[in-house]
Amino acid sequence: MTWAAVLAGALGCYLLKLTGWAVPSALLERERVRVGAALLPVALLSALVVVQAFADGRSLTLDARAAGLAVAGVLVLLRAPFLVVVLGAAVTAAVLRL
Amino acid sequence: MAQACALSLLLFTGASQFALVGVLGAGGTALAAVASALMLGSRNTLYAVRLAALVPLRGPRRLLAAQLTIDESTAMATGAPEGQHARGFWAAGLSVYVFWNLATLLGALGAGVVDPRRLGLDAAVGAAFLALLAPQLRDSRTVRVAVGGALLAAAAVPLLPAGVPVLLAALAVVPVLVRTPKPEGPS
Repeated sequence: MTWAAVLAGALGCYLLKLTGWAVPSALLERERVRVGAALLPVALLSALVVVQAFADGRSLTLDARAAGLAVAGVLVLLRAPFLVVVLGAAVTAAVLRL
Repeated sequence: MAQACALSLLLFTGASQFALVGVLGAGGTALAAVASALMLGSRNTLYAVRLAALVPLRGPRRLLAAQLTIDESTAMATGAPEGQHARGFWAAGLSVYVFWNLATLLGALGAGVVDPRRLGLDAAVGAAFLALLAPQLRDSRTVRVAVGGALLAAAAVPLLPAGVPVLLAALAVVPVLVRTPKPEGPS
């Protein structure tokens, strides 16, 4: 089951990349396609932040993950590098769980 | 562990990898996990269009270049001075590929030894998504889409099975797309 998802996801994402190399650019450079492809990751990433930080099964909770996210938010505002943001959140949650 | 390494070797698109694992880890179906990964991977198609114009390639090298089409390699290729686009692309693509996969292997080895939750790694995943999202919030339109996606997902978590709230959040782009004007004539 998991292997199927891994392989299907890998194949699909590779084909998405290859399509861009192979397809005539006029087809994909239309304004609506361009805007849609730029904004879709924004909507999904934002949803993933919420689900990853607050979802617990089918309910929303505030726990150590939320504190980690808050620290990450501050680090992002301070323009900290990616790894610092991620480590900051992890350390915060780990310390709160001691 | 083999699955984590396969993801980095074969899928090689950070946000899509995290999404696939995140949705599966939350108990979502394989279908929802793959759909999230594909939606996040769709931007690579647009990157490839831009790269194909900057870095002319044929045959097998194009197949290899497709796999290396990610945020970093596109940024390096487009940011490189005239005549250096191809060099920027291959240098960034190959070095990120090697280090990304080494890091994955180390992480997968470590995960067998300690409980990831005790290290706060579940909080790290949310932070990683936030760090990937933040640089894209450049104007009020993207901020509106981000807020919309977050609210849709939060509202959907109690109502829908794991993985589906993330897919539903894609609808946040619809109001913006409806208002995007069709370009006049050939551009």
